[in-house]
Amino acid sequence: MDEGYLARLGTLLEQYDVPAAFWVNIQLTFWAGLLALALGTVLAVMRISPVASLRALGAGYVTVLRNTPLTIILVFCTLGLWGQLGVTLSSDFTSNFFRLAVLGLAVYHAAFVCEALRSGVNTVPVGQAEAARALGLRFSQSARLVILPQAFRGAVAPLGNVLIALIKNSTVAAVASVAETSGLMRQMIEFRPDVVLGIFLVFALGYVVVVVPVGLATTALSRRLAVAR
Amino acid sequence: MRARRLAVAMAAAATLTLAGCSGGDGGGGTEPAASGSAVAGEGSSETLRIGIKFDQPGLGYQDGSEYTGFDVDVARYVAEALGYSEDQIEWVQAPSAQRENLLQTGQVDMIFATYSITDTRKEVISFAGPYFVAGQDLLVAADDDSITGPEDLEGKNLCSVTGSTSAQRIKDEYATGTNLLEQPGYAECVTALTSGAVDAVTTDDIILAGLAAQPANEGQVKVVGNPFSEENYGVGLPLDSDRCEAVTEAITAMIEDGSWEQILQDNVGASGYEANADLNPPTPEACA
Repeated sequence: MDEGYLARLGTLLEQYDVPAAFWVNIQLTFWAGLLALALGTVLAVMRISPVASLRALGAGYVTVLRNTPLTIILVFCTLGLWGQLGVTLSSDFTSNFFRLAVLGLAVYHAAFVCEALRSGVNTVPVGQAEAARALGLRFSQSARLVILPQAFRGAVAPLGNVLIALIKNSTVAAVASVAETSGLMRQMIEFRPDVVLGIFLVFALGYVVVVVPVGLATTALSRRLAVAR
Repeated sequence: MRARRLAVAMAAAATLTLAGCSGGDGGGGTEPAASGSAVAGEGSSETLRIGIKFDQPGLGYQDGSEYTGFDVDVARYVAEALGYSEDQIEWVQAPSAQRENLLQTGQVDMIFATYSITDTRKEVISFAGPYFVAGQDLLVAADDDSITGPEDLEGKNLCSVTGSTSAQRIKDEYATGTNLLEQPGYAECVTALTSGAVDAVTTDDIILAGLAAQPANEGQVKVVGNPFSEENYGVGLPLDSDRCEAVTEAITAMIEDGSWEQILQDNVGASGYEANADLNPPTPEACA
Protein backbone atom coordinates (compact mmCIF):
# COMPACT_ATOMS: atom_id res chain seq x y z
CA MET A 1 0.00 0.00 0.00
CA ASP A 2 1.63 3.21 -1.14
CA GLU A 3 0.83 6.64 0.19
CA GLY A 4 -1.52 7.45 -2.67
CA TYR A 5 -3.64 4.43 -1.81
CA LEU A 6 -4.10 5.58 1.78
CA ALA A 7 -4.92 9.10 0.58
CA ARG A 8 -7.59 7.77 -1.77
CA LEU A 9 -9.02 5.60 0.98
CA GLY A 10 -9.03 8.66 3.23
CA THR A 11 -11.07 10.75 0.80
CA LEU A 12 -13.46 7.82 0.40
CA LEU A 13 -14.02 7.67 4.15
CA GLU A 14 -14.76 11.39 4.14
CA GLN A 15 -17.29 10.86 1.37
CA TYR A 16 -19.11 7.96 3.03
CA ASP A 17 -20.11 8.03 6.70
CA VAL A 18 -18.92 4.64 7.93
CA PRO A 19 -19.32 5.30 11.70
CA ALA A 20 -22.96 6.29 11.09
CA ALA A 21 -23.57 2.95 9.38
CA PHE A 22 -22.03 1.11 12.32
CA TRP A 23 -24.20 3.14 14.67
CA VAL A 24 -27.28 1.85 12.83
CA ASN A 25 -26.09 -1.73 13.36
CA ILE A 26 -25.49 -1.05 17.05
CA GLN A 27 -28.97 0.42 17.41
CA LEU A 28 -30.49 -2.55 15.60
CA THR A 29 -28.58 -4.88 17.92
CA PHE A 30 -29.61 -2.98 21.04
CA TRP A 31 -33.36 -2.95 20.38
CA ALA A 32 -33.49 -6.42 18.87
CA GLY A 33 -31.38 -7.77 21.75
CA LEU A 34 -33.71 -6.24 24.33
CA LEU A 35 -36.82 -7.63 22.63
CA ALA A 36 -35.20 -11.02 22.05
CA LEU A 37 -34.17 -11.25 25.71
CA ALA A 38 -37.74 -10.55 26.86
CA LEU A 39 -39.34 -12.91 24.35
CA GLY A 40 -36.67 -15.57 24.88
CA THR A 41 -37.19 -15.50 28.65
CA VAL A 42 -40.92 -16.05 28.19
CA LEU A 43 -40.18 -18.93 25.80
CA ALA A 44 -37.68 -20.50 28.21
CA VAL A 45 -40.22 -20.36 31.05
CA MET A 46 -42.78 -21.97 28.74
CA ARG A 47 -40.33 -24.73 27.87
CA ILE A 48 -39.67 -25.61 31.53
CA SER A 49 -43.24 -25.13 32.69
CA PRO A 50 -45.35 -28.06 33.99
CA VAL A 51 -48.04 -27.37 31.36
CA ALA A 52 -47.57 -29.70 28.39
CA SER A 53 -49.26 -27.42 25.83
CA LEU A 54 -47.03 -24.48 26.80
CA ARG A 55 -43.96 -26.70 26.53
CA ALA A 56 -45.03 -27.84 23.07
CA LEU A 57 -45.73 -24.27 21.99
CA GLY A 58 -42.31 -23.11 23.18
CA ALA A 59 -40.55 -26.04 21.53
CA GLY A 60 -42.51 -25.44 18.31
CA TYR A 61 -41.55 -21.76 18.21
CA VAL A 62 -37.87 -22.52 18.75
CA THR A 63 -37.83 -25.28 16.15
CA VAL A 64 -39.55 -23.22 13.47
CA LEU A 65 -37.79 -19.88 13.99
CA ARG A 66 -34.35 -21.31 14.61
CA ASN A 67 -34.50 -23.27 11.38
CA THR A 68 -35.78 -20.46 9.18
CA PRO A 69 -33.04 -18.45 7.47
CA LEU A 70 -32.83 -14.93 8.88
CA THR A 71 -32.84 -13.44 5.38
CA ILE A 72 -36.23 -15.01 4.71
CA ILE A 73 -37.62 -13.71 8.00
CA LEU A 74 -36.45 -10.18 7.21
CA VAL A 75 -37.67 -10.26 3.61
CA PHE A 76 -41.02 -11.43 4.96
CA CYS A 77 -41.06 -8.52 7.42
CA THR A 78 -40.68 -5.99 4.60
CA LEU A 79 -42.29 -7.46 1.49
CA GLY A 80 -44.77 -9.65 3.41
CA LEU A 81 -45.83 -7.71 6.51
CA TRP A 82 -45.45 -4.24 5.01
CA GLY A 83 -45.74 -4.80 1.26
CA GLN A 84 -48.62 -7.25 1.18
CA LEU A 85 -50.37 -6.91 4.55
CA GLY A 86 -49.82 -3.18 5.03
CA VAL A 87 -48.44 -3.48 8.57
CA THR A 88 -46.68 -0.26 9.62
CA LEU A 89 -44.86 0.18 12.92
CA SER A 90 -44.10 3.85 12.39
CA SER A 91 -45.60 6.66 10.36
CA ASP A 92 -42.12 7.62 9.18
CA PHE A 93 -41.19 5.61 6.08
CA THR A 94 -37.58 4.92 7.03
CA SER A 95 -38.04 4.16 10.72
CA ASN A 96 -40.86 1.81 9.79
CA PHE A 97 -38.30 -0.47 8.11
CA PHE A 98 -35.93 -0.08 11.03
CA ARG A 99 -38.61 -1.31 13.40
CA LEU A 100 -39.67 -4.13 11.11
CA ALA A 101 -36.03 -5.23 10.94
CA VAL A 102 -35.77 -5.06 14.75
CA LEU A 103 -38.90 -7.21 14.95
CA GLY A 104 -37.47 -9.78 12.52
CA LEU A 105 -34.10 -9.91 14.27
CA ALA A 106 -35.81 -10.19 17.67
CA VAL A 107 -38.17 -13.06 16.84
CA TYR A 108 -35.28 -14.98 15.26
CA HIS A 109 -32.80 -14.48 18.09
CA ALA A 110 -35.44 -15.06 20.78
CA ALA A 111 -35.24 -18.75 19.85
CA PHE A 112 -31.50 -18.73 20.53
CA VAL A 113 -31.93 -16.73 23.76
CA CYS A 114 -34.48 -19.31 24.87
CA GLU A 115 -32.04 -22.17 24.28
CA ALA A 116 -29.18 -20.29 25.98
CA LEU A 117 -31.41 -19.75 29.02
CA ARG A 118 -32.45 -23.37 29.02
CA SER A 119 -28.80 -24.33 29.16
CA GLY A 120 -28.56 -21.99 32.16
CA VAL A 121 -31.52 -23.74 33.77
CA ASN A 122 -29.65 -27.01 33.37
CA THR A 123 -26.83 -25.64 35.52
CA VAL A 124 -29.24 -25.24 38.44
CA PRO A 125 -29.18 -28.45 40.54
CA VAL A 126 -32.50 -30.24 40.63
CA GLY A 127 -32.39 -30.04 44.43
CA GLN A 128 -33.01 -26.30 44.17
CA ALA A 129 -36.33 -26.87 42.41
CA GLU A 130 -37.24 -29.64 44.83
CA ALA A 131 -36.44 -27.45 47.82
CA ALA A 132 -38.51 -24.61 46.34
CA ARG A 133 -41.46 -26.94 45.92
CA ALA A 134 -40.98 -28.35 49.45
CA LEU A 135 -41.29 -24.78 50.73
CA GLY A 136 -44.68 -24.59 49.03
CA LEU A 137 -43.72 -22.26 46.15
CA ARG A 138 -45.82 -22.56 43.02
CA PHE A 139 -44.12 -22.96 39.62
CA SER A 140 -44.28 -19.24 38.83
CA GLN A 141 -42.78 -18.38 42.20
CA SER A 142 -39.98 -20.94 42.08
CA ALA A 143 -39.14 -19.94 38.50
CA ARG A 144 -39.03 -16.26 39.36
CA LEU A 145 -37.33 -16.48 42.77
CA VAL A 146 -35.14 -19.58 42.57
CA ILE A 147 -34.55 -21.03 39.10
CA LEU A 148 -34.28 -18.05 36.72
CA PRO A 149 -31.94 -15.87 38.84
CA GLN A 150 -29.46 -18.74 38.94
CA ALA A 151 -30.13 -19.73 35.34
CA PHE A 152 -29.33 -16.20 34.07
CA ARG A 153 -26.05 -16.23 35.95
CA GLY A 154 -25.15 -19.57 34.45
CA ALA A 155 -26.22 -18.48 30.95
CA VAL A 156 -24.14 -15.31 30.66
CA ALA A 157 -21.55 -16.87 28.34
CA PRO A 158 -24.05 -18.46 25.89
CA LEU A 159 -26.16 -15.29 25.98
CA GLY A 160 -22.99 -13.37 25.08
CA ASN A 161 -22.55 -15.66 22.09
CA VAL A 162 -26.12 -14.94 20.99
CA LEU A 163 -25.40 -11.22 21.33
CA ILE A 164 -22.26 -11.50 19.19
CA ALA A 165 -24.19 -13.45 16.57
CA LEU A 166 -26.90 -10.77 16.70
CA ILE A 167 -24.39 -7.96 16.12
CA LYS A 168 -23.10 -9.65 12.99
CA ASN A 169 -26.53 -10.82 11.84
CA SER A 170 -27.77 -7.22 12.04
CA THR A 171 -26.07 -6.74 8.65
CA VAL A 172 -28.80 -8.92 7.13
CA ALA A 173 -31.14 -5.97 7.80
CA ALA A 174 -29.82 -4.64 4.48
CA VAL A 175 -32.47 -6.82 2.81
CA ALA A 176 -35.11 -5.08 4.95
CA SER A 177 -34.29 -1.67 3.48
CA VAL A 178 -32.24 -0.48 6.45
CA ALA A 179 -29.17 1.54 5.45
CA GLU A 180 -26.40 -0.13 7.45
CA THR A 181 -22.83 -1.37 7.07
CA SER A 182 -23.18 -4.18 4.54
CA GLY A 183 -25.23 -2.01 2.17
CA LEU A 184 -22.75 0.84 2.52
CA MET A 185 -19.83 -1.49 1.92
CA ARG A 186 -21.41 -2.83 -1.25
CA GLN A 187 -22.03 0.70 -2.46
CA MET A 188 -18.46 1.78 -1.72
CA ILE A 189 -16.99 -1.28 -3.46
CA GLU A 190 -19.16 -0.80 -6.52
CA PHE A 191 -18.18 2.83 -7.02
CA ARG A 192 -14.60 2.78 -5.79
CA PRO A 193 -13.12 -0.48 -7.09
CA ASP A 194 -9.64 1.03 -6.87
CA VAL A 195 -9.57 0.63 -3.07
CA VAL A 196 -11.58 -2.58 -2.61
CA LEU A 197 -9.16 -4.15 -0.17
CA GLY A 198 -8.99 -1.03 1.97
CA ILE A 199 -12.78 -0.79 2.14
CA PHE A 200 -13.03 -4.40 3.16
CA LEU A 201 -10.39 -3.98 5.86
CA VAL A 202 -12.10 -0.87 7.25
CA PHE A 203 -15.35 -2.80 7.76
CA ALA A 204 -13.64 -5.93 9.06
CA LEU A 205 -11.72 -3.82 11.57
CA GLY A 206 -14.93 -2.01 12.52
CA TYR A 207 -16.60 -5.28 13.42
CA VAL A 208 -13.56 -6.44 15.39
CA VAL A 209 -13.72 -3.20 17.38
CA VAL A 210 -17.43 -3.70 18.08
CA VAL A 211 -17.45 -7.44 18.76
CA VAL A 212 -14.24 -8.10 20.72
CA PRO A 213 -15.20 -5.94 23.75
CA VAL A 214 -18.58 -7.73 23.90
CA GLY A 215 -16.78 -11.09 24.01
CA LEU A 216 -14.34 -9.93 26.67
CA ALA A 217 -17.13 -8.40 28.76
CA THR A 218 -19.35 -11.47 28.69
CA THR A 219 -16.43 -13.76 29.54
CA ALA A 220 -15.48 -11.57 32.49
CA LEU A 221 -19.12 -11.30 33.57
CA SER A 222 -19.71 -15.02 33.32
CA ARG A 223 -16.76 -15.66 35.66
CA ARG A 224 -17.87 -12.99 38.06
CA LEU A 225 -21.52 -14.01 38.15
CA ALA A 226 -21.00 -17.77 38.15
CA VAL A 227 -22.82 -19.39 41.06
CA ALA A 228 -20.20 -20.98 43.31
CA ARG A 229 -21.29 -24.47 44.14
CA MET B 1 -23.36 -41.86 22.68
CA ARG B 2 -22.09 -38.75 24.34
CA ALA B 3 -19.44 -38.24 21.69
CA ARG B 4 -22.04 -38.62 18.99
CA ARG B 5 -24.24 -35.99 20.57
CA LEU B 6 -21.29 -33.67 20.73
CA ALA B 7 -20.58 -34.27 17.06
CA VAL B 8 -24.18 -33.51 16.15
CA ALA B 9 -24.10 -30.36 18.24
CA MET B 10 -20.88 -29.23 16.59
CA ALA B 11 -22.28 -29.91 13.15
CA ALA B 12 -25.34 -27.86 14.07
CA ALA B 13 -23.19 -25.03 15.34
CA ALA B 14 -21.13 -25.08 12.15
CA THR B 15 -24.30 -24.91 10.07
CA LEU B 16 -25.48 -21.91 12.06
CA THR B 17 -22.20 -20.15 11.56
CA LEU B 18 -22.33 -20.80 7.84
CA ALA B 19 -25.92 -19.60 7.69
CA GLY B 20 -24.82 -16.41 9.38
CA CYS B 21 -22.08 -15.89 6.83
CA SER B 22 -24.19 -16.41 3.76
CA GLY B 23 -26.85 -14.14 5.19
CA GLY B 24 -24.26 -11.46 5.75
CA ASP B 25 -23.28 -10.83 2.20
CA GLY B 26 -26.84 -10.97 1.01
CA GLY B 27 -26.23 -13.37 -1.84
CA GLY B 28 -23.83 -16.01 -0.60
CA GLY B 29 -25.26 -18.74 -2.79
CA THR B 30 -24.00 -17.11 -5.93
CA GLU B 31 -20.31 -17.12 -5.25
CA PRO B 32 -19.38 -20.81 -5.52
CA ALA B 33 -20.84 -20.97 -9.02
CA ALA B 34 -18.62 -18.14 -10.20
CA SER B 35 -15.39 -19.33 -8.66
CA GLY B 36 -16.12 -22.98 -9.50
CA SER B 37 -16.46 -22.37 -13.20
CA ALA B 38 -13.45 -20.08 -13.21
CA VAL B 39 -11.28 -22.88 -11.86
CA ALA B 40 -12.58 -25.21 -14.55
CA GLY B 41 -11.60 -22.74 -17.25
CA GLU B 42 -8.11 -22.21 -15.94
CA GLY B 43 -5.35 -23.31 -18.25
CA SER B 44 -7.47 -24.17 -21.26
CA SER B 45 -6.95 -21.38 -23.75
CA GLU B 46 -9.76 -22.62 -25.96
CA THR B 47 -12.60 -21.26 -23.90
CA LEU B 48 -13.52 -17.64 -23.43
CA ARG B 49 -14.76 -16.81 -19.95
CA ILE B 50 -17.36 -14.07 -20.10
CA GLY B 51 -18.81 -12.40 -17.04
CA ILE B 52 -22.51 -11.57 -17.22
CA LYS B 53 -25.35 -10.89 -14.83
CA PHE B 54 -27.40 -13.98 -14.05
CA ASP B 55 -30.34 -12.19 -12.51
CA GLN B 56 -31.33 -9.39 -14.87
CA PRO B 57 -34.01 -10.52 -17.29
CA GLY B 58 -33.60 -8.96 -20.73
CA LEU B 59 -29.91 -8.20 -20.15
CA GLY B 60 -28.09 -11.09 -18.55
CA TYR B 61 -30.24 -13.90 -17.27
CA GLN B 62 -29.74 -17.55 -16.43
CA ASP B 63 -32.82 -19.47 -17.46
CA GLY B 64 -32.14 -23.08 -16.54
CA SER B 65 -29.05 -23.94 -18.57
CA GLU B 66 -29.76 -21.18 -21.09
CA TYR B 67 -28.40 -17.66 -20.95
CA THR B 68 -30.46 -14.88 -22.45
CA GLY B 69 -30.46 -11.11 -22.71
CA PHE B 70 -29.06 -8.12 -24.55
CA ASP B 71 -25.64 -8.29 -22.87
CA VAL B 72 -25.46 -12.02 -23.51
CA ASP B 73 -26.28 -11.68 -27.21
CA VAL B 74 -23.79 -8.84 -27.63
CA ALA B 75 -21.20 -11.03 -25.90
CA ARG B 76 -22.02 -13.91 -28.29
CA TYR B 77 -21.57 -11.63 -31.29
CA VAL B 78 -18.25 -10.27 -30.03
CA ALA B 79 -17.00 -13.75 -29.11
CA GLU B 80 -17.83 -15.00 -32.59
CA ALA B 81 -15.97 -12.07 -34.13
CA LEU B 82 -12.97 -12.98 -31.96
CA GLY B 83 -13.14 -16.53 -33.30
CA TYR B 84 -14.89 -18.34 -30.47
CA SER B 85 -17.90 -20.49 -31.20
CA GLU B 86 -20.90 -20.67 -28.91
CA ASP B 87 -19.73 -23.81 -27.09
CA GLN B 88 -16.33 -22.28 -26.35
CA ILE B 89 -17.92 -19.60 -24.21
CA GLU B 90 -18.00 -20.15 -20.50
CA TRP B 91 -20.52 -17.91 -18.75
CA VAL B 92 -19.49 -16.67 -15.33
CA GLN B 93 -21.70 -14.74 -12.98
CA ALA B 94 -20.40 -11.21 -12.43
CA PRO B 95 -22.38 -9.39 -9.70
CA SER B 96 -21.90 -5.61 -9.75
CA ALA B 97 -19.65 -5.39 -6.70
CA GLN B 98 -17.33 -8.17 -7.91
CA ARG B 99 -16.72 -7.15 -11.50
CA GLU B 100 -13.34 -5.42 -11.12
CA ASN B 101 -12.18 -8.18 -8.83
CA LEU B 102 -13.07 -10.87 -11.37
CA LEU B 103 -11.10 -9.07 -14.08
CA GLN B 104 -8.11 -8.20 -11.90
CA THR B 105 -7.69 -11.75 -10.64
CA GLY B 106 -8.09 -13.20 -14.14
CA GLN B 107 -11.22 -15.20 -13.33
CA VAL B 108 -12.94 -13.88 -16.45
CA ASP B 109 -11.62 -12.65 -19.80
CA MET B 110 -14.25 -10.02 -20.39
CA ILE B 111 -17.42 -8.69 -18.80
CA PHE B 112 -20.71 -7.68 -20.40
CA ALA B 113 -22.84 -6.78 -17.40
CA THR B 114 -24.49 -3.32 -17.59
CA TYR B 115 -21.00 -2.07 -16.90
CA SER B 116 -20.87 1.75 -16.92
CA ILE B 117 -17.61 3.27 -18.08
CA THR B 118 -16.28 5.49 -15.28
CA ASP B 119 -12.92 7.07 -14.55
CA THR B 120 -12.42 5.34 -11.19
CA ARG B 121 -13.04 1.98 -12.82
CA LYS B 122 -10.63 2.83 -15.63
CA GLU B 123 -7.87 3.03 -13.04
CA VAL B 124 -8.00 -0.69 -12.40
CA ILE B 125 -9.49 -2.19 -15.59
CA SER B 126 -9.90 -1.29 -19.27
CA PHE B 127 -13.07 -0.74 -21.24
CA ALA B 128 -13.97 -1.29 -24.88
CA GLY B 129 -17.05 0.41 -26.27
CA PRO B 130 -19.52 1.80 -25.31
CA TYR B 131 -21.92 -0.57 -27.03
CA PHE B 132 -25.01 0.98 -25.46
CA VAL B 133 -25.93 4.25 -23.78
CA ALA B 134 -28.45 3.80 -21.01
CA GLY B 135 -29.92 6.45 -18.74
CA GLN B 136 -31.54 6.39 -15.36
CA ASP B 137 -35.30 6.17 -15.70
CA LEU B 138 -38.41 5.12 -13.79
CA LEU B 139 -40.62 2.06 -13.94
CA VAL B 140 -44.21 2.67 -12.89
CA ALA B 141 -47.54 0.84 -12.94
CA ALA B 142 -48.99 0.63 -16.47
CA ASP B 143 -52.06 2.70 -15.53
CA ASP B 144 -50.09 5.39 -13.68
CA ASP B 145 -49.87 8.64 -15.64
CA SER B 146 -49.06 10.87 -12.67
CA ILE B 147 -45.31 10.16 -12.77
CA THR B 148 -43.53 11.46 -15.86
CA GLY B 149 -40.14 12.25 -14.36
CA PRO B 150 -38.10 12.25 -11.17
CA GLU B 151 -39.65 15.56 -10.04
CA ASP B 152 -43.03 13.85 -9.63
CA LEU B 153 -41.76 11.53 -6.91
CA GLU B 154 -42.26 14.02 -4.06
CA GLY B 155 -43.94 12.09 -1.24
CA LYS B 156 -44.03 8.88 -3.26
CA ASN B 157 -42.41 5.54 -2.47
CA LEU B 158 -39.44 4.63 -4.64
CA CYS B 159 -37.63 1.30 -4.79
CA SER B 160 -34.04 0.58 -5.77
CA VAL B 161 -31.35 -1.95 -5.03
CA THR B 162 -29.24 -1.85 -1.85
CA GLY B 163 -25.91 -0.18 -2.51
CA SER B 164 -26.94 1.58 -5.71
CA THR B 165 -26.86 5.37 -5.79
CA SER B 166 -29.65 5.83 -8.31
CA ALA B 167 -32.41 6.26 -5.74
CA GLN B 168 -30.30 8.54 -3.57
CA ARG B 169 -29.62 10.71 -6.63
CA ILE B 170 -33.35 11.29 -7.08
CA LYS B 171 -33.70 12.21 -3.43
CA ASP B 172 -30.71 14.57 -3.53
CA GLU B 173 -31.29 16.24 -6.89
CA TYR B 174 -34.97 16.05 -7.77
CA ALA B 175 -37.42 15.30 -4.98
CA THR B 176 -36.22 15.47 -1.36
CA GLY B 177 -39.51 14.10 -0.03
CA THR B 178 -39.11 10.73 -1.75
CA ASN B 179 -39.42 7.64 0.44
CA LEU B 180 -36.69 5.15 -0.41
CA LEU B 181 -37.16 1.40 -0.22
CA GLU B 182 -33.97 -0.62 -0.73
CA GLN B 183 -34.28 -4.23 -1.81
CA PRO B 184 -31.69 -6.93 -2.55
CA GLY B 185 -32.69 -7.18 -6.22
CA TYR B 186 -34.85 -5.55 -8.86
CA ALA B 187 -37.21 -8.52 -8.95
CA GLU B 188 -38.21 -7.70 -5.35
CA CYS B 189 -38.70 -4.06 -6.35
CA VAL B 190 -41.03 -5.04 -9.18
CA THR B 191 -42.97 -7.27 -6.75
CA ALA B 192 -43.38 -4.26 -4.47
CA LEU B 193 -44.45 -2.16 -7.46
CA THR B 194 -47.07 -4.60 -8.76
CA SER B 195 -48.49 -5.05 -5.25
CA GLY B 196 -48.81 -1.28 -4.92
CA ALA B 197 -46.40 -0.92 -2.01
CA VAL B 198 -44.16 1.43 -4.00
CA ASP B 199 -45.01 3.90 -6.79
CA ALA B 200 -41.86 3.58 -8.87
CA VAL B 201 -38.66 1.62 -9.37
CA THR B 202 -35.52 3.34 -10.57
CA THR B 203 -32.33 2.29 -12.34
CA ASP B 204 -31.00 2.34 -15.92
CA ASP B 205 -33.78 2.37 -18.51
CA ILE B 206 -32.72 -0.79 -20.34
CA ILE B 207 -32.68 -2.78 -17.08
CA LEU B 208 -36.21 -1.55 -16.37
CA ALA B 209 -37.24 -2.44 -19.92
CA GLY B 210 -35.88 -5.95 -19.42
CA LEU B 211 -37.98 -6.34 -16.30
CA ALA B 212 -41.06 -4.91 -18.01
CA ALA B 213 -40.60 -7.32 -20.93
CA GLN B 214 -40.91 -10.34 -18.64
CA PRO B 215 -44.07 -12.33 -19.39
CA ALA B 216 -45.14 -12.14 -15.72
CA ASN B 217 -44.93 -8.33 -15.72
CA GLU B 218 -46.10 -7.61 -19.24
CA GLY B 219 -48.92 -5.10 -19.32
CA GLN B 220 -48.60 -4.37 -15.61
CA VAL B 221 -45.67 -1.97 -15.61
CA LYS B 222 -44.12 0.50 -18.04
CA VAL B 223 -40.91 2.47 -18.45
CA VAL B 224 -41.55 6.21 -18.22
CA GLY B 225 -39.09 6.95 -21.04
CA ASN B 226 -37.63 10.17 -19.69
CA PRO B 227 -33.99 9.29 -18.94
CA PHE B 228 -32.14 11.79 -16.74
CA SER B 229 -28.58 10.50 -16.74
CA GLU B 230 -26.10 8.97 -19.16
CA GLU B 231 -24.54 5.57 -18.55
CA ASN B 232 -22.12 4.29 -21.17
CA TYR B 233 -22.12 0.50 -21.09
CA GLY B 234 -18.71 -0.86 -21.99
CA VAL B 235 -17.03 -4.22 -22.23
CA GLY B 236 -14.88 -4.75 -19.15
CA LEU B 237 -11.39 -6.05 -19.94
CA PRO B 238 -8.30 -6.61 -17.79
CA LEU B 239 -6.12 -3.47 -17.58
CA ASP B 240 -4.35 -2.78 -20.92
CA SER B 241 -5.81 -5.91 -22.52
CA ASP B 242 -4.60 -6.71 -26.04
CA ARG B 243 -8.15 -7.70 -26.98
CA CYS B 244 -9.48 -4.14 -26.74
CA GLU B 245 -9.06 -3.28 -30.43
CA ALA B 246 -10.65 -6.51 -31.68
CA VAL B 247 -13.61 -6.04 -29.35
CA THR B 248 -14.07 -2.44 -30.51
CA GLU B 249 -14.04 -3.58 -34.15
CA ALA B 250 -16.62 -6.26 -33.38
CA ILE B 251 -18.90 -3.73 -31.70
CA THR B 252 -18.60 -1.35 -34.67
CA ALA B 253 -19.42 -4.18 -37.07
CA MET B 254 -22.37 -5.27 -34.95
CA ILE B 255 -23.85 -1.77 -35.03
CA GLU B 256 -23.22 -1.35 -38.77
CA ASP B 257 -24.68 -4.66 -39.96
CA GLY B 258 -27.95 -4.17 -38.05
CA SER B 259 -27.36 -6.95 -35.52
CA TRP B 260 -27.30 -4.42 -32.70
CA GLU B 261 -30.82 -3.21 -33.48
CA GLN B 262 -32.04 -6.78 -33.88
CA ILE B 263 -30.53 -7.91 -30.55
CA LEU B 264 -32.09 -4.94 -28.77
CA GLN B 265 -35.53 -5.65 -30.25
CA ASP B 266 -35.37 -9.36 -29.48
CA ASN B 267 -34.56 -8.83 -25.84
CA VAL B 268 -36.41 -5.78 -24.60
CA GLY B 269 -38.72 -4.90 -27.51
CA ALA B 270 -41.72 -6.54 -25.84
CA SER B 271 -41.82 -3.81 -23.20
CA GLY B 272 -42.43 -1.11 -25.82
CA TYR B 273 -39.17 0.51 -24.76
CA GLU B 274 -37.08 2.35 -27.32
CA ALA B 275 -33.48 3.29 -26.68
CA ASN B 276 -32.65 6.98 -26.44
CA ALA B 277 -32.16 7.68 -30.17
CA ASP B 278 -30.02 10.79 -29.65
CA LEU B 279 -27.28 8.71 -28.07
CA ASN B 280 -27.84 5.27 -29.58
CA PRO B 281 -26.30 3.42 -31.21
CA PRO B 282 -23.07 4.87 -29.79
CA THR B 283 -19.70 5.10 -31.49
CA PRO B 284 -17.13 3.02 -29.62
CA GLU B 285 -14.16 5.01 -28.34
CA ALA B 286 -10.66 4.24 -29.50
CA CYS B 287 -8.64 2.01 -27.20
CA ALA B 288 -6.20 3.81 -24.93
